[in-house]
Amino acid sequence: MSNANPFYGRRKSRSNLMMGLCMAASLFGLAWLVMILAALFWNGLSGLSLDVFTQNTPPPGSAGGLLNAIVGSLIMTALGVVIGTPIGILAGTYMAEYGAHGKLSLVVRFINDILLSAPSIVIGLFVYEVMVIRMGHFSGFAGAVALSIIVIPVVVRTTEDMLNLVPNQLREAASALGMPRHLVIRRIAYRAARAGMVTGVLLAIARVSGETAPLLFTALNNQFGGANLNGPMASLPVVIFQFALSPYKDWQQLAWTGALIITLSVLTLSILARVIASRSRQ
Amino acid sequence: MNGSRSMNMTVAQSAAVSSARPMQPAGAQREMPNAQEAAHEKISVRNLKFYYGDTLALKGISLPLYERKVTAFIGPSGCGKSTLLRILNRMYDLYPGQRADGEVLLDGENILSPKQDRNLLRSRVGMVFQKPTPFPMTIYDNIAFGVRLYEKLSKAEMDERVESSLRRAALWNEVKDKLGASGQSLSGGQQQRLCIARTVAIKPEVILLDEPCSALDPISTAKIEELIDELKAEYTIAIVTHNMQQAARCSEYTAFMYLGELVEFDETSRIFTTPSDQRTQDYITGRFG
Repeated sequence: MSNANPFYGRRKSRSNLMMGLCMAASLFGLAWLVMILAALFWNGLSGLSLDVFTQNTPPPGSAGGLLNAIVGSLIMTALGVVIGTPIGILAGTYMAEYGAHGKLSLVVRFINDILLSAPSIVIGLFVYEVMVIRMGHFSGFAGAVALSIIVIPVVVRTTEDMLNLVPNQLREAASALGMPRHLVIRRIAYRAARAGMVTGVLLAIARVSGETAPLLFTALNNQFGGANLNGPMASLPVVIFQFALSPYKDWQQLAWTGALIITLSVLTLSILARVIASRSRQ
Repeated sequence: MNGSRSMNMTVAQSAAVSSARPMQPAGAQREMPNAQEAAHEKISVRNLKFYYGDTLALKGISLPLYERKVTAFIGPSGCGKSTLLRILNRMYDLYPGQRADGEVLLDGENILSPKQDRNLLRSRVGMVFQKPTPFPMTIYDNIAFGVRLYEKLSKAEMDERVESSLRRAALWNEVKDKLGASGQSLSGGQQQRLCIARTVAIKPEVILLDEPCSALDPISTAKIEELIDELKAEYTIAIVTHNMQQAARCSEYTAFMYLGELVEFDETSRIFTTPSDQRTQDYITGRFG
């Protein structure tokens, strides 16, 4: 009965063909991810021990860990997010709530989109020029600022998008109670968009925690650790970069382990972001 | 008939006298054929024009909203009835490019004047929208939120206000055990009654209802209509509706609008039995619209 119509049959086989192609493409993309993860676990897991988290990066040939790199990454990422998030949220709020179709919004949105896709090495060079050269030395500060410049456009974009998803009727209903504009935004719109905005910040953290190029020109590296933001600071991506390129076996092993740690943290953050986003949708 | 009318007048008059606001001067009274017998005009709309950008959406509307009466606005989609309602609490102000000309007097004061504080106005003229719009917070906070904007109440007073508002909206029995649940977890009809409770809680003088039942099932609709009937003892109510029976059931006065003009304004009983304009008759009997 269903095959009686040749036109329908043709359409159905074409549908199956396209679906097959789509699945093949998805599998192709997924395969690389699985292979990367497998390689990381294969090479990195063996080096994972308590020492990695308790000892600083060693000179070649002796035992050590990644403590300074992990601490540096945490500090600079945190500071970058702390600097970038308020700016991003305020700018996103302006564009979604106040200047929706204004000229300023159009310009800011356009520039933000460029910033969003700007190569991070350019941002590193920029901060190098603006901060490192003036201060005369590399510093964790400069690294955090470079990271915050990457955080800002991500947060701006998600904030604006999420606020735009809040139905206008909700704002009208709040205004209809005699609520001033700033309260409508802070207490109603933010609340309705909260999950999405938090997701945006988490994704921004995930994004910057793996950035190497901006740190290479700003925070550089520091074998001895410490939390001094005014001096060069170690970070996981830069340590991985340097150790992986080195000829020493133990350094290469630490690079693999560091790569595994970063990947797992980013993966965790992404999953967390997903969970928060889907929870709020229920 | 005459007797009950004059009764209404005395009630309205005493209400007007007891209210703290100054009475409008007699000369400002809009001239109605039976002005002497009419109730107090809570809101007087005078030669109101409204523009969406360059488009003229209301072409000079004049009508009264009588105190503690329900006035229904009917007319085909796009006739301007929602637009008119959104002027009464200056909701249009949220959008650049929308502009009103003319006068809307609330107790004699022109609310279109730039000096009018919009938020204070909206605390006096509440609004319920077509789609239920519970805030993303608990049922309790949905109501307490608006109250906190204008009053500082103790916990006990606030509890009392929340309860009485929910009772007024005939929702208390359904939600009293889950005031901490999200307002968005309620059914559509409950959400709409929550929105009414929220509006009532801040003690407005006028309540605007913009097609409050169009997204609801018949049972919820009946509940809301009962509610309107109770609320009019205290509030001046304006309701926009597409439902002729609803207008006939709920309102004392009806305004029929068409293409941005007020075709006819009269007592509901007259509009639905002996309308004076052919277009009103055609619309009510379903011949167009």
